[in-house]
Amino acid sequence: MAQETVSARAAGASSGRVPAIAVTGITKRYPGVVANDDVSLAFHAGEIHVLLGENGAGKSTLIAMLAGMQQPDSGEILLAGRPMRLTSPRVSLDHGIGTVFQHVLLVPSLTVIENLMLGGPWWQRLNKAPALARFAELSGLLGVSIDPDAQIGRLSLGQQQQVEIMRALWRGEQVLILDEPTSMLTPQGVRDLGEVLKRLRDKGVAIVLITHKMQEAYEFGDRISVLRLGRLVGSIEPGRRATMSQHDVTEEVIHLMFGARDKTGGEVDVLLGQHRRRADRNIANQSPRLIVRHLSTVAERGECPIRDVSFELRPGEILGIAGVDGNGQKHLAEVLAGQRPAAEGEIVIGDRNVTVGGVEARRELGLRYITDERLGEGTVGIFSVATNLVLKEIGRPPLWRNGLTLWDKVNQQARDQIRTYDIRTPSERTPIAKLSGGNIQKALLARELTETASIAIFNKPTYGLDLHNIRLARERIRDGAEKGLATIVISTELDELLELSDRIGVMFQGRLAGIVDNAGQAERQIGLLMTGAAQG
Amino acid sequence: MDVLLTQSFLTSLIFGAVTAGIPLLLAGLGEQISEKAGVLNIGIEGMMLFGAYCGFVAAYYTGSFWLGYLFGGLGGMVVAALVALLCIRLGLNQIVIGIALTIGFEGLTALLHYVQFSRTYPRLSPVPTLAIPGLSDIPVLGQALFNHNALVYLAVLLTFFLAWLFRNSFIGLNLESAGNKPAALDAAGVSVLATRSAAVLATGFLAGIGGAYMANVGAGLFVPFMTNGAGFIGIVLAMLARGRPVWVLLGAALFGISLAMTTALQVAGINIPTDVVQMLPFAMVMLVLVIFARHSVLPPALGLPYVRGER
Amino acid sequence: MSFVSDTRADSAVPQPPSSKLVKSTLAAVLRIFLPVLLALVVGGLILFAMGKNPLDYYGYVLNRGLFSWGGFQATLTRMVPLLLMAAGLIVAFRAGIWNLGGDGQFLLAAVITAALAPALIQVMPRSLMIICCIVVSVAVSALWALLPALLKARYGINEIITSLMMSFLGISFANVLVKLVFRDPTTTVPQTPDLPVADRLPRLFDTTVHAGILIALVVIVLVHIMMTRTSFGLKLQIVGANPRAAVHAGLNVAWLTIATFALSAGLIGLAGSIEILGVWGTVRADWNPAYGLVVVPLVFLARFHGIGTIGFTLFFAILMIGGESASRRIGVPQHYVLVLVALLLLFLALVEYLDQLWRKRVKD
Repeated sequence: MAQETVSARAAGASSGRVPAIAVTGITKRYPGVVANDDVSLAFHAGEIHVLLGENGAGKSTLIAMLAGMQQPDSGEILLAGRPMRLTSPRVSLDHGIGTVFQHVLLVPSLTVIENLMLGGPWWQRLNKAPALARFAELSGLLGVSIDPDAQIGRLSLGQQQQVEIMRALWRGEQVLILDEPTSMLTPQGVRDLGEVLKRLRDKGVAIVLITHKMQEAYEFGDRISVLRLGRLVGSIEPGRRATMSQHDVTEEVIHLMFGARDKTGGEVDVLLGQHRRRADRNIANQSPRLIVRHLSTVAERGECPIRDVSFELRPGEILGIAGVDGNGQKHLAEVLAGQRPAAEGEIVIGDRNVTVGGVEARRELGLRYITDERLGEGTVGIFSVATNLVLKEIGRPPLWRNGLTLWDKVNQQARDQIRTYDIRTPSERTPIAKLSGGNIQKALLARELTETASIAIFNKPTYGLDLHNIRLARERIRDGAEKGLATIVISTELDELLELSDRIGVMFQGRLAGIVDNAGQAERQIGLLMTGAAQG
Repeated sequence: MDVLLTQSFLTSLIFGAVTAGIPLLLAGLGEQISEKAGVLNIGIEGMMLFGAYCGFVAAYYTGSFWLGYLFGGLGGMVVAALVALLCIRLGLNQIVIGIALTIGFEGLTALLHYVQFSRTYPRLSPVPTLAIPGLSDIPVLGQALFNHNALVYLAVLLTFFLAWLFRNSFIGLNLESAGNKPAALDAAGVSVLATRSAAVLATGFLAGIGGAYMANVGAGLFVPFMTNGAGFIGIVLAMLARGRPVWVLLGAALFGISLAMTTALQVAGINIPTDVVQMLPFAMVMLVLVIFARHSVLPPALGLPYVRGER
Repeated sequence: MSFVSDTRADSAVPQPPSSKLVKSTLAAVLRIFLPVLLALVVGGLILFAMGKNPLDYYGYVLNRGLFSWGGFQATLTRMVPLLLMAAGLIVAFRAGIWNLGGDGQFLLAAVITAALAPALIQVMPRSLMIICCIVVSVAVSALWALLPALLKARYGINEIITSLMMSFLGISFANVLVKLVFRDPTTTVPQTPDLPVADRLPRLFDTTVHAGILIALVVIVLVHIMMTRTSFGLKLQIVGANPRAAVHAGLNVAWLTIATFALSAGLIGLAGSIEILGVWGTVRADWNPAYGLVVVPLVFLARFHGIGTIGFTLFFAILMIGGESASRRIGVPQHYVLVLVALLLLFLALVEYLDQLWRKRVKD
């Protein structure tokens, strides 16, 4: 396959109507869900085909089958018209089907070229010469320049993604699949990616782009297909797409995605990335609840520390923290929560200096941290919902007496909270890992946002949730602030910050590059700050 | 104390150190392969012991030391195949299965030995040695280092071959990926399970040969439980070497010297309990850890079963 | 920590009575007895291959280990160190810490006790002497585990390797102490001075079983209660199940790690001390019963459940005592017991795996 030239295929694409790859009547079931239900789709050479759908619509399952990671329960995959069984990732790669997954799948301790060579014949010695030639070829095709001997761990996420695209194209350029490729990029990075994709499309690659963002679908897609609950609910063909305005496309996609659902609710706004800004409120005359001065941390391998971060936060205020993932947001949240020691600087809550106090001391002063890693650190997955709901209260009355656990009271309280916060779980004794992401998030919110909370730090509060739960979580954050909670929202979704925040700070390489008021030209300014191009 | 400085004493001390160190070297190198691929192979003690038994029996009946090594290696691979099946295929806990296999093969080899030899311990004839022309004539060191069974030289060469292999081959690349980011290896079209299984089988082969050497060359006979923690020392060496084979060689030399010292001191009639000398390498390693303590550099995926789609 | 990922969901919260109770109990019983049965059958095949009659062997073992009065007393006596070591391992394993240094911790405590007891008995009454010996030995064992604990807590250095090394060190050090420091000058084989039988732990009624069995039973029950019903136990389990969640919840993971190691080693040290005070009265050079590794499977078989451990320890002690007799009478080396325990563990892991697979299928 690899020896077939790109231009030859591009010519074929314009004339022939046989899709580069197609699925017909694909069904895939997992315990409890039908991830793909009788889906038929065709992907043509020289075309960017956007698959749109919210979390849980079955996009990732479809890709997993094209990438050879999963096998369909029924239905067929056709490669250039011929049925083909993609039984392993190797088979897919050998047929020129490359995939860029949502999370970086490169070995951080190896170099760029070593990562690209991965998967070669195992009995051979590493022969870098032909690999470097192929590397140069693909660099030209993508229009990027990367040092082939750089260690992956030292590259920026955007560069890592370019390496991923190269790897996906390494053994042939028939089909390129990208799963939510923009989630870790700056606005500029997204534009660059768009350029690369259009270049590849014009060279005759069939591109499959998965996204949950309407804006990207419109900008990139020659053809747009919408998945909902595992089914294909509709497509916009390229011919029709060309004649439609952005408004028409949007209307049709909304109709497809929501069907009979209420279209006036916040979910459509979430999908479109439209934000109704919060009304301006007068909070300037309040004394700050949280003061951070010249705060720095020390990083371990592969982490980004924060350097000299200072800000103030008032009751009822929402401070958004924007920035590309990995620019120190995690350290900022952890050092504020007391999980990580500060190397320099100080943290003051009210009038108490808490720089040296740990999680417990800060929690007593009303500070709450809602982590983005709900299962990674927020909960103990194999423990019950009830245990997880009291994870930060262990040993305290009234649920503990003289160090003894009063399980009856713990369970009773859990049942109350499950009812109050509408956590969907079979019972309070169910291991929390068995719950859906939205319900785990509800449990975390129930645990953290108690009456004694006065400061809340949210790290990517809507990451991985479906539209309905995104809306619920955002409402919860807004309500909290209305009641006087001093709130920090860390997010990579700019729309989310523009919707919720009073002010937005931007993290770049561990520094708070600037804080802008959320009004007027905020979006442009933030975009500049995110790339380190401007100082606020 | 004069006796300590005589040439023959030094020669026999270093000779003994090599003999004692080679099984540790082979076990350490083997363990290193597993660890690179993300498998914590606690069952290596069982592999060595079964290798020792199989190797001894093969050499005893055929009279061939090379067949002894071969069957020792195959014996080790049998145990390794169980690890591959239970821990890698089925994803069972590597430490528990490792301990179970160690205990099980301690018992099984003792049983087998009893069934075959009852309570007698037949000996093998002395092992043939290969004196390296020229080098073996060097005073003191020549006879100590360059007049061994050929396997000794092969084991040392293997160290450098592995060091080369880890850096310059697809095998090295695959092992590194399987331990550091198995999902990346999978996405690149290489089976993580196959890579890890192959690594564990290689471990078993090397550990088994190490065991066979221990029985056939070191002792000249098989005694139940004879490995006596050598496999665990191999684990220690592999972990401390942090992926570098040459460090395993150095560590094996250190442990080898202290093991040889215990017998040498007895021969020399010096009245210190052997236990004092046996403590030395462990004490040194602990001291090194305390002084140069840093965050240990182990593959991030060490000990974790790989399931596609889980992170 | 367990064989397959999510078996400890039930450990933090006691299971409720439910309509499915009968069915789930049946399944639980099956999950334990099926592996036992399989191990006995495969073990029997091995015996058969050796030319022995498996039924004869098992019958003899049961007879000598359980149904004969003398044998049963020996079994109970053997349970004492196994139970106490198991208690120590449960604490560590539930907290996610692989304390594999049991043998060193056990022997050091034994030697310290053997050295102290004959000296102290000269100057104080027996009860006080016993308490002193136990306290000092437990403290020594706990201290011995401090180094791996600190290295783990401060630098995250894998405790498997450090505790193993400290174990090798401890075994050698204990021997050095016996041979050089505490040696009884009147004996030819190096050993510590003998503690007279009258000064050892009292026997229970007219039996040969010493009072250590009561201590061991109380300790294992207390450990079980600590792990399942106290805030300290819950904190340890959180550290074990998800250390990052422990940090997130504000637990002092470093302190808990050190406390766990100290407690675990202390309990194992208690085993060594009581074994000397109750059974041997002295430590001979190179004595090492090496219970450290064989107790690990028992604890796993019981899934870190304190009460369940009593059953498995009894089972193992019967095998050991009966097996020792059988090796003399039937000609099956007692090492056969090791094979049986390994088979048991393998089949338990396999059955658990198949069970999960089956449950997934049912849900599907």
